[in-house]
Amino acid sequence: MRWCHWVNFPVLTIMIWSGMLIYWANDEYSITIFGHTFFRFFPDWFYNTLKIPHRLSEGMAFHFLFMWFFTLNGILYILYTAISGEWRELVPKKNSFKEAWLVLLHDLHIRKTAPPQNKYNAAQRIAYTAIIIMGIGSVISGLAIYKPVQFYYLTWLCGGYHFARIIHFALTLGYVFFFVIHIVQVILAGWGNFSSVISGFEVVNEEPKPIVQTIKEDEHTE
Amino acid sequence: MSTPNKKVKKELTVEQKINRRNFISFAAFTLLAAGAFEGWRWLYKSPEEAAGITGGTRKPLRKALNKTELFFRRVAFSDNHLVKTYPKSMAAKRVRVNSDIGVEANKKFDPAAWKLQVIKKGGEILQISLQELMALPKTEIVYDFKCVEGWDQISHWAGVKFSDFIKHFQLDDYAKMQYVGMETPDKAYYVGVDMPSAMHPQTLLAYEVNEKLLPLEHGAPLRLIIPVKYGIKNLKRIGTIAFSNTRPRDYWAEQGYDYYSGL
Repeated sequence: MRWCHWVNFPVLTIMIWSGMLIYWANDEYSITIFGHTFFRFFPDWFYNTLKIPHRLSEGMAFHFLFMWFFTLNGILYILYTAISGEWRELVPKKNSFKEAWLVLLHDLHIRKTAPPQNKYNAAQRIAYTAIIIMGIGSVISGLAIYKPVQFYYLTWLCGGYHFARIIHFALTLGYVFFFVIHIVQVILAGWGNFSSVISGFEVVNEEPKPIVQTIKEDEHTE
Repeated sequence: MSTPNKKVKKELTVEQKINRRNFISFAAFTLLAAGAFEGWRWLYKSPEEAAGITGGTRKPLRKALNKTELFFRRVAFSDNHLVKTYPKSMAAKRVRVNSDIGVEANKKFDPAAWKLQVIKKGGEILQISLQELMALPKTEIVYDFKCVEGWDQISHWAGVKFSDFIKHFQLDDYAKMQYVGMETPDKAYYVGVDMPSAMHPQTLLAYEVNEKLLPLEHGAPLRLIIPVKYGIKNLKRIGTIAFSNTRPRDYWAEQGYDYYSGL
């Protein structure tokens, strides 16, 4: 299922980029508290560096093509995870929320030991399940603003046209936030871990002989 | 480690197995990444479609837009799916004016002398006055008008249902065709609409906004209000209406936008 991960990376990048081309046409979101605008998303230099302005129709055309790949890849991932039983490694357990806190403290070097884990630790379970739910949320809120008349029930579910658009926007910011932490964690985890996401296995040297520890998921996909 | 005897096929060492599997994985990954990158380059640099009914976008993207429209029309479009309506009190007092193509203020136009021209078979033209249209049953709608740019506004319109108009002027045979095209009197702005969307029960030939006759900047004396489409399809100041089985020309579809722009 690491293939889905690697397909998703460029597809999501294109979705965010083309989404920016669309958002530019009416960049209305800002954080205003008591009449004072603290923050407008994306200053002009940001738009200009990325050549965002005046490309609305182009952005829509790309967005409405790559939405198919994003959605199908997501469906494939969920189906595989469900059928293979791998969801057991991914879905948070009862004690995950408590454990995730300990993992966080450990990662921040506040606590010396981390709770025992299988393939993914508690924080990873929560993060990787959340990102899937976010993906589903993006598809639903996306459809809600794409066809608000035909999919009126989705628009209703998202709290109306405006709120659906805000959800869609906020989830995108969420992906960027996820990406930053994800990259930092990957760097900290080191080359062996990164390599395993490509090859599907990681070599762990244990005394006295090296053994090959093949991560379960990839027996099938190799 | 060990040097395998070349003649006898020896079991690979664990180390060799690891290296081999790693090599294969990384090679495959690199190849696929290069392939994906090439694919993207091909798409990004793909030639623009020939200018015609649609134009201004890359060929494969236009194909995708058209196919996607057909997919969503088949699975989702229905006359029973209505745009959400609001109480009159929620309608904007000042209705946003976003474009004046075809209705520019400095253009000479006399609404009193205006007649709607419906182009029929054999070049016959049916001329209809505003009074005739206003004598038909009036339909009001307060809904959220949505622009392709991303803004929207709740506004209050009134006029004749397009489907009522078709029935009253016995244009039913024409409504069996696949498209209807509308143009401003000066032909500067024009739209093409698929018939199911035109015949949708909320599509109006509108002559009122906020219970007053349309001002010039909102398309006096008659404009299209079609809630199942983005604002770009809501033509102001209708001059002519024509029917056809091929797609009529469309101002924004020529400039890279989706021909259908349905909601």
